[in-house]
Amino acid sequence: MANRAVKIFSMLAGTLLATSAFASELVINFDDPNPAPKAGFEAAVEAFKAENPDINVTVNINDREAHKTAIRNFLSANAPDITAWYPGNRMAPFVDAGQFEDISDLWASDANLSSNFEAIKPTMTRDGKQWGVPYSYYQWGVYYRADIFADNGIEKPTTWDGLLAACDTLKGAGITPFTIGTKYLWTAAGVFDYLNLRTNGYEVHNGLTAGEIKYTDDRIQETFKNWTTMLERCSFVDNHATMSWQDAIAPFANGEAAMYVMGNFSVAAYKDAGLTDDQIDFFQFPEITPGLARAEEAPADALFIPSGAKNKENARKFLSFIAQPEIQGEWNKTIGQLPPNSKAPINSDDKFIVQGFETVSTASGLAQFYDRDAPAEMASEGMKGFQEFMIKPERLDAILKRLDKVQMRVYK
Amino acid sequence: MNSSNQSKSTRSQMRSRQQQIAPWIFLTPAALFFSVYVILPIFQSIWISFYAWDGIGERQWVGFENYIELFDDYRFYTSLKNNILWLVLYMLAVPIGLFIALFLNQNIWGMRFYKSMFFFPFVISQVVVGLIFTWFYNPNFGIIGEIWQFFGATPPSILGDERYVTYGIIFAGLWPQISYCMILYLTGLNNVSSDQIEAGRLDGAKGWRMLRFVILPQLWPATFLAIVVTVIGALRSFDMIAIMTQGGPYGSSNVLSYFMFEQALSEYGFRMGYGSAIAVILFLIMLIFISYFLWVMYQDEKRG
Repeated sequence: MANRAVKIFSMLAGTLLATSAFASELVINFDDPNPAPKAGFEAAVEAFKAENPDINVTVNINDREAHKTAIRNFLSANAPDITAWYPGNRMAPFVDAGQFEDISDLWASDANLSSNFEAIKPTMTRDGKQWGVPYSYYQWGVYYRADIFADNGIEKPTTWDGLLAACDTLKGAGITPFTIGTKYLWTAAGVFDYLNLRTNGYEVHNGLTAGEIKYTDDRIQETFKNWTTMLERCSFVDNHATMSWQDAIAPFANGEAAMYVMGNFSVAAYKDAGLTDDQIDFFQFPEITPGLARAEEAPADALFIPSGAKNKENARKFLSFIAQPEIQGEWNKTIGQLPPNSKAPINSDDKFIVQGFETVSTASGLAQFYDRDAPAEMASEGMKGFQEFMIKPERLDAILKRLDKVQMRVYK
Repeated sequence: MNSSNQSKSTRSQMRSRQQQIAPWIFLTPAALFFSVYVILPIFQSIWISFYAWDGIGERQWVGFENYIELFDDYRFYTSLKNNILWLVLYMLAVPIGLFIALFLNQNIWGMRFYKSMFFFPFVISQVVVGLIFTWFYNPNFGIIGEIWQFFGATPPSILGDERYVTYGIIFAGLWPQISYCMILYLTGLNNVSSDQIEAGRLDGAKGWRMLRFVILPQLWPATFLAIVVTVIGALRSFDMIAIMTQGGPYGSSNVLSYFMFEQALSEYGFRMGYGSAIAVILFLIMLIFISYFLWVMYQDEKRG
């Protein structure tokens, strides 16, 4: 009798111990509640749960803008085990403040991270260490109305002169060549980045965003000269300062404008606006300085471990899990973007993905985007300057001098 | 006899002590919250304004450097200029509110309905007001665009043009502010004594003279309140700008409160010290008005 009681007790104790030893937690803060990104993320989480039934995963999905403000609080007050954030200079404040965990060891030991992420590794690196794992990235370029181009007998332009000639034809037909919405400023930076990458190349662009080259430098002046040409001969839609990037799709969808310098995330929005796959297509931003190695804009989205995380082992397990080619392939197929793992399969049915992969994988260098390559304060003033220049090109000198002044203060 | 006298005096002592203590007890919660959420942050802001700090890392003492930079910052002067514009033009809400209140202060059928319609913009959220006006001003599909196109003119891009943008936002902000002033005057008009109006009428006053010398003096408390809320509303204008332009195009519709937010707390804002310096300057400007208002109130109290 007594023996039996001891047995039962020890069994009970055993199960209790077992549960406390095996059931562990993993809390993830993700930043995109839109249908496709949410589905892609949740599928990856489900796959992780299936492989690790002993880990209890909690997911918090917040709106992107809200996440940007909330992260400053939750990193120090109530850190999750994994949070979504952006690489490049956008991660700098948190890395410098010691709020992100150094995962260089994972990058060195993990089979995928150590060999299939070469192209994107530099943007995840700061102070010679790696701080996060990218799950997706996307190309930028020119999205255009293939039907309007065909109606006016315009070919995909591959050179600067070709682009300007296409603009002339479009304007002759009463169509504004480019649409853009600069209310939130960053869209103008996309145009600047491409003009600068095509005029001066990756090294100079990098030097500028790293604070080594002045804005009044002759080479940057050259970029703005090209931009002036683009404003005059190509022109953008009026009132772009009052429109968001989504608002700017309206003139594109109703045929008033024919081109849009954008990232691939915008394709879904064109389709929502009623355009079909036959009506829209993509071309790489054309060459300006002949013979210059082609660099591209390819911002990545990544996941990070806060240094205040409670379950760092599980977090590392998850990051290593989502670095696998199949997971990355599936996730990006759902969201219509590119997998950073070079061994991951891409969705060959999506012409934008196929072209995007072609564009990015053959590029000589990848820029992250102006507001991730330049520090926050420089980015915010720089983008205001770009917008002002687009509306008042005659103020160029004053704008560049002002940006030099900001640069001197920010990079000291 | 002696003992009963004593007990009476202790009782009255206790009562007077109670009367002394009671107000403090009632004041304590409010005073506590006021000091924790208002007074303390003021001093904290002043303190932080002497540091360079990104809000998460190490603070670094920089003395008056933030202020030196601020007074050399063209964005500060743009914001200050816009704040002055707000102050001046927002004041229009007071006379317009008075005019509407006088107009609505009559007894005809359905007046309550009209009053509530005029009061409506104050009830709806500033965010909604901002959005509605953003659509009004849209040159492509807004009402402004329609009107201009009807006359065959190219519509102005009010929120996209640095010359018009601040006026456009102030105009939108005036809408709810006018109804606020109107409601203050409507309650004030209820208290205007009919004896004095009668007396004035006997003395031959009517129209403008009646308004100027009989009614307006009696409306002074309402006017004072309307001016106070309008000045404060103008200085802390923030939501309209955040909704309609985010300070754009290129910062030309910024005001101090939004500039502060942009520097310290927005997507690219990691300058707590600089933001605090802006806040301190805004606080000093407000202090001028607040001390004036307090002085006026004190004078009124003294007169009884």
